[in-house]
Amino acid sequence: MDLRYSKADEEFRAELRAWLEKEVPAHGSPPAISDWAKRRSYDTGWQRKLYEAGYAGINWPAEYGGRDASLTEQLVYYEEIARARAPYIGVNFVGILHGGPTLIAEGTPEQKARHVPYILNGEQIWCQGFSEPGAGSDLAALQTRAEKRGDHYLVNGQKIWCSFAHAADYCELLVRTDPDAPKHRGISWLILPMDADGIEIRPLRTLAGEGEFSEVFLNDVKVPIENRVGEENDGWRVTNVTLRFERGTAFASEMIQLQQYVRDLIDLSKRVERNGAPAWKDPELRRKIGHFSAELDALWAMVKLSVCQSSKTGVPGLGGSAIKLFYSELYQRIAEFGIELLGRARLSREDVAGLPSQALLQRAMQSLSLTIAAGSSQIQRNIISERILGLPKEPRP
Amino acid sequence: MDFQLSEDQESLQAGVRSFCDGHFPVETLRELEYRGYDAALWAELAELGVFNLRLAEAEGGIGLGTADAVIVFAELGRRLVPGPLVWTHLAAELVPGAGDGKTVVGGLDLCGAEREPLLVEHLADLDRLIVLRPDSVSCVDASALNAEPIEVPLDPLTPVHHLAELPEGESLGGTELAERLRLAGCTLASAQLLGLAEASHELAVEYAKGRKQFGRAIGSFQAVKHILADMFVRLEVARAAVYAAGATLDDPGVGDAARAAGSAKLVAGEAALQNARACIQVHGGMGYTWEVPVHYYLKRSWVLASVFGGAEEHAEALARCVELDARAPGTSL
Repeated sequence: MDLRYSKADEEFRAELRAWLEKEVPAHGSPPAISDWAKRRSYDTGWQRKLYEAGYAGINWPAEYGGRDASLTEQLVYYEEIARARAPYIGVNFVGILHGGPTLIAEGTPEQKARHVPYILNGEQIWCQGFSEPGAGSDLAALQTRAEKRGDHYLVNGQKIWCSFAHAADYCELLVRTDPDAPKHRGISWLILPMDADGIEIRPLRTLAGEGEFSEVFLNDVKVPIENRVGEENDGWRVTNVTLRFERGTAFASEMIQLQQYVRDLIDLSKRVERNGAPAWKDPELRRKIGHFSAELDALWAMVKLSVCQSSKTGVPGLGGSAIKLFYSELYQRIAEFGIELLGRARLSREDVAGLPSQALLQRAMQSLSLTIAAGSSQIQRNIISERILGLPKEPRP
Repeated sequence: MDFQLSEDQESLQAGVRSFCDGHFPVETLRELEYRGYDAALWAELAELGVFNLRLAEAEGGIGLGTADAVIVFAELGRRLVPGPLVWTHLAAELVPGAGDGKTVVGGLDLCGAEREPLLVEHLADLDRLIVLRPDSVSCVDASALNAEPIEVPLDPLTPVHHLAELPEGESLGGTELAERLRLAGCTLASAQLLGLAEASHELAVEYAKGRKQFGRAIGSFQAVKHILADMFVRLEVARAAVYAAGATLDDPGVGDAARAAGSAKLVAGEAALQNARACIQVHGGMGYTWEVPVHYYLKRSWVLASVFGGAEEHAEALARCVELDARAPGTSL
């Protein structure tokens, strides 16, 4: 049980830190949330820089241009990216964390050649077309239909919660190819070019006012058969490869950033007055902060434990569900504390009286999606209790 | 970095677990009520290496680290092994005979906010009593102490005496030793709390699988299984924190040992208490009886939460710790 990074890890850290110290300030501040064109160029521009410096696809195999970093180097990477306040992975999220790894694991040589290098260098943006109005937590109930017509599938249906759909070039699309098979056995995984005819994208207004989600309507969209990843009707298995990655270390940098956020809140608590004294003077407030810190340190230790254990299997384990569940709920508690600290300044979504209302409120509102996206907290509890603890399933119709 | 149990640690864990399962089934615990300590079992614990585990081999110990000790103490906690385990373990390097179990050593931590009243655990069975103050460590002859037994202690397996006064004793060291002992004590108590969180979780899962209502196992209902999932998460968070504290005490180069130990105590203390409460809830009416052992887990958790710094004290200290970090470069809002 050893927490010490190796000499090689520390050399990697020093090299990466020096690079980030130069490149992060040079990349400038992120554009407005609503400005999709600028966000796309900002996020992909950063991905390009990572790529050119050899830091893109930190966990991707070297034969696909990835860094193929050891698990501990990956931890160092997440720590340093957070420490440097490097740009968020943003529009590259789906491609780098789901689409790319899925193609590497399941794609044909042609599919890999057409997409993998371009996901890595920021030229291809991907979105996710999984959920549907009638298939949320029960994802396998999806009904978007794909009928085989010669050399292509004819796709009809509706997808929802597609992150980055307005900015994307491709979509990882789940469709039903056999409506008569049991629901898990009639699904296929398709690469959908977002410029195909018959696609309509309608942005969704989130509770934060804007956001990255859209509804995507598919009307007689033709998708070439060669765009299918994996066998026909084997899409559920292909999908689960992706979902496990999502629950693994996808949020690692955000966890470290949360530690920084708590430090920022300490700074803020010294500037905010409560009963004529800085809020920081209140022991109850300090204890809340100390408590968050203990939980965040424990969370990061949990990631290390999980990463070291998964080095045996090569695939993130089921423990990822516990990490995701704890992280997302802790994040919300900390974000809520940020609102408490704002006091009456919370009434303004613009910075007011020198207080960072905009950022704190944005964070608190965005955090509400964390316990819903990528498997809701309730689904994670089902996974933990049924697959890890071995409790009997609830009777299902 | 290889932050997982090594093969040696896995076999250490399995060995202690099987010893505890064999020697401390619930029936045996009942016989120890209001006694807690048992001389024959104490000798076996000493034989197992519980007390001299971290003592250097040159001094007759096993020469293992704190990372190993937390594994052992989690198992002791899980089976509610009674007696002044942590104090005798800490005394191995200070009091002759402690390491091999011949001298039974208890202790009193007077560093924190919770000092009064002066209640000493297991006093009737102690040979020596170590007293920790922020700037000194002293050792008192336990037989000479003027103390009244408490007739009904909270934890039936942790008898306590109320000390009228505390003599000076023999000095063993100053601030540095006091800090080191308190850090190790805090970490080992956290490990025991981790074991208690695990015991409550195991008991609740087992019950939920067997108990039937409305014609099926109550563990099939989401209202119940989600309680059990939350218990699992608390347990695994506590495990990570406790293991990290053990590894950090062994190698201070990897982090701030006080911060790691304080976090472990806070997180494991909460896991033990909340898991015990949840276990009672899952058991329904039976959880409220003396017969189901979860009440021992809850009561021991309450006892351990009060030693080597309570939750409030650690939370405050951690905030101060992060505050120092906040002055590091790269922060702005």
